[in-house]
Amino acid sequence: MSILGNRVQRREDPKFLTTGGVYGDDLKIEGALWATFVRSTMAHARLTSLDVTEARNRPGVVAIYTGEDVDLPPVPAGLPGVPDVMARPVLAKGVVRFVGEAVAVVLTEERYQGEDAAESVFVDYEPLPAVVDPVSALTGDVLLFPEHGSNVAVPMNEPQAEDFFDGCEVVVRHRLINQRVAPCPLEVRSGAAMWEGDRVIQYASNQAPHGAKAAIAGLYGLEADRVRVIAPDVGGGFGAKIGLYVEDLILPWLAKAAGRPVHWTETRSESMLALGHGRAQVQDVAIGGSRDGKVEAYRLEVVQDAGAYPSLGSFLPALTRLMTSGTYDIPKVEFSAASMVTNTTPTVAYRGAGRPEATAAIERAMDLFAAEIGMDPAEVRKRNVVANDKFPFTTPTGTVYDIGDYGGAIDLALQASDYQALRAEQATRRSSGDTTQIGIGVSSYVEITNGAGPPGEYAKVEILPGGKARVYTGTSPHGQGHETAWTMLASEQLGIPMEDIEFVANDTDLVPEGGGTMGSRSLQSGGLAVHEASIALVDKAAKLAAELLEANADDVVLDKVGGRFHVAGTPAVGRSWAELAEAAGDDGDALVVAHSSSPAGPTFPFGAHVAVVEVDTDTGRVKLTRLVAVDDAGTIVNPLLAEGQRHGGLAQGAAQALMEEVRYDDDGNPVTSNLADYAMISATELPSFELVAMATPTPINALGAKGIGESGTIGSTPAVQSAVVDALAHLGVRHIDMPATPERVWRAVAAAQSTAAE
Amino acid sequence: MKITTTVNGEQRDSEVEPRLLLVHYLRDVLGLTGTNVGCDTSSCGACTVLLDGESVKSCTVLAAQADGSSITTIEGLAGPDRMHPVQEAFQEHHGLQCGYCTPGMVMAAVSLIEEVPDLDEAKVREGLEGNLCRCTGYHNIVKAVLAAAKTPARSAS
Ligand code: FES
Ligand code: FES
Repeated sequence: MSILGNRVQRREDPKFLTTGGVYGDDLKIEGALWATFVRSTMAHARLTSLDVTEARNRPGVVAIYTGEDVDLPPVPAGLPGVPDVMARPVLAKGVVRFVGEAVAVVLTEERYQGEDAAESVFVDYEPLPAVVDPVSALTGDVLLFPEHGSNVAVPMNEPQAEDFFDGCEVVVRHRLINQRVAPCPLEVRSGAAMWEGDRVIQYASNQAPHGAKAAIAGLYGLEADRVRVIAPDVGGGFGAKIGLYVEDLILPWLAKAAGRPVHWTETRSESMLALGHGRAQVQDVAIGGSRDGKVEAYRLEVVQDAGAYPSLGSFLPALTRLMTSGTYDIPKVEFSAASMVTNTTPTVAYRGAGRPEATAAIERAMDLFAAEIGMDPAEVRKRNVVANDKFPFTTPTGTVYDIGDYGGAIDLALQASDYQALRAEQATRRSSGDTTQIGIGVSSYVEITNGAGPPGEYAKVEILPGGKARVYTGTSPHGQGHETAWTMLASEQLGIPMEDIEFVANDTDLVPEGGGTMGSRSLQSGGLAVHEASIALVDKAAKLAAELLEANADDVVLDKVGGRFHVAGTPAVGRSWAELAEAAGDDGDALVVAHSSSPAGPTFPFGAHVAVVEVDTDTGRVKLTRLVAVDDAGTIVNPLLAEGQRHGGLAQGAAQALMEEVRYDDDGNPVTSNLADYAMISATELPSFELVAMATPTPINALGAKGIGESGTIGSTPAVQSAVVDALAHLGVRHIDMPATPERVWRAVAAAQSTAAE
Repeated sequence: MKITTTVNGEQRDSEVEPRLLLVHYLRDVLGLTGTNVGCDTSSCGACTVLLDGESVKSCTVLAAQADGSSITTIEGLAGPDRMHPVQEAFQEHHGLQCGYCTPGMVMAAVSLIEEVPDLDEAKVREGLEGNLCRCTGYHNIVKAVLAAAKTPARSAS
């Protein structure tokens, strides 16, 4: 019986539940100094002087370095099209460009001493005007990099057809704000660096150790084999820990300068300013179609806030573009974008990275269109989704969707939520004038997973003396449960019990190459590699068994129940894995397969969500009461893990719709710079989720698996946002920007009422 | 200053700075790094431990204030041959992913189950308001806590 598809409990858990994991801050590093950064308190200013005299005399201070001391080159964005002048200095030099930018670093014997000393570094600033929002940045009145002549980090223009909406009976336009949010992994960034001879060993709270290794080697001009990166247990990443930051990258320099290992952990308040933020798009949507509900043309124009130094965030519109038209078969689609630098924290990938933004835009546009023609939003969606017989389907922006049943997903979600009954209940409340109104939001989504970077991943599977096995992977799990899932995949092929399979990841010395964990890629690339390597290993072992059994290799089969090879039909005579391992002896290659998968391309998970909210029309308070999610990720290896991914995503999506927003004042001072001010969602604000299973295997890979890490977020954000708007639709409200806080909702109600009174 | 505490049943005598936080005492002085730090505003609950049987955020308590007290951290929760029912329920119901919130969440749940006799979903959600988790969406944590609440109490010592 197959182990795949079963709710296997995580073998990672006992450690986390009894002793806790070993995260960056938990590392015990002999002789290490603590690094503490001094950070800019100004959004945009010239650095006129940095006085470290008093700080140097504080207890425990070993050294203090400023931008003038550090001879590392600036860190480029490493993305096509981003101008070189926008590369980020490791420590600010001459100018600071956002609050939280590192301007100096203090090394102390102990952690508390570092905080004391950092407070005694006096920085003189000559303030410059700041530009805080990306649309104002377009004017170029304030330039972050005057040498560049504009604030545009990445332009992405496509010709705008003038007759684009000709022939549409209805055209609706709206500006939507997909607000900046903070990824908030519960573990902040932490790391350490030390030199062993001419090799640097770096620990980093990171999602892609091999990428980190390349970044360090590149910055320091080292051969790759002189860098080892280890990701210890990582307390969540959500995209924000894909790349290394300047605070990580300077650690080897500090360790060299001090001649001792250096250990660093930021505080949450630092993290809110210096870990990258997500989303941050201003979107102008225009949608046109016929009164009977057929959408004929859709245009999305994006202004992306890249923050002060372009990083992954400046690249998000490229991902948004891929998914512009969502699940719909729209004849004409246009997309244009510009990524702008502003005096704010740089933006990066955050759960979904560019695709939730695309989905939010098209889904809001569909609702606006539905409201304009007076049609049920679920019905409008069903009239426009790509038909099942059109896959593989090429969208007008050139994306090729693998397989889907978008209408089926909507039907399932409507059924599971009892949509008709919800509408009836809504009608009753409306006619009774109840101050607690209910709103129903429907979203239909498709997204791209394993869509950025090379689609393949590295795996190695080997048999150990005694017949146990070991799996190596280039993915970098930090909560996803790869240890459980990958050993399930190997066990399935090898016939070796999971508990006899060791798991190795997250260390570039132990795993020679890897792409890491991001973009919902891991199972379809790394899991696939383990699956394929295990099959190849069985083939290899069958040949060895055939020699020992003096049989033809083609006749030898593996009895997976007992983990034993024998000639088909004569099970009594065979060889176990342990016997094969012994026979292989010193031939290291005999029972090892290293393999890189090469899936045919990205995959396109899809689904539909229904959210139900209660809105108090007197106070604007919103309560999310139900969230029904149909998420189709193809074949599921372990439903327990897949559901966990969906839950987490749903919560983060609801959080963006209802609560979370990184805000700055007009001068670029952050006003949400700790977890007391930033409204990170808690258990109290959420219901239990209603998950509906749907599985359409993809033809793209042998597992039939698509990514599941981001679906929850992508589908839930617009469903929840639309539900809030829907609760007030009878008052004339058509749109409320995220997050739908009580104040915003209350204002929308007040505005609608005063319009009605006129 | 000198303090004496009993941590996970073991007496510890330490010399600490008066300003040292309990969480740093546990982590840096005693080396019990199971308890985590997730914020600097008493918002996240990652640092939750039991102080004389009641859950506290150990980043809001000075080590000096714990003088003479008994403290249980995640490392001291499991019994000799098996995990505490709350730990078991978290594994069974997949109530953890990255594990960072987990020690604090588990300790908060242990104390919640002890304090509130008739837990239901709403009460669990209310009771865990001060413990943030970014990975699980809380769904399976709530499930685990409710399941553990139904498990007959078993001495964890
Ligand atoms: S670390 Fe104590 S509440 Fe966050
Ligand atoms: S499991 Fe990652 S924060 Fe809770």
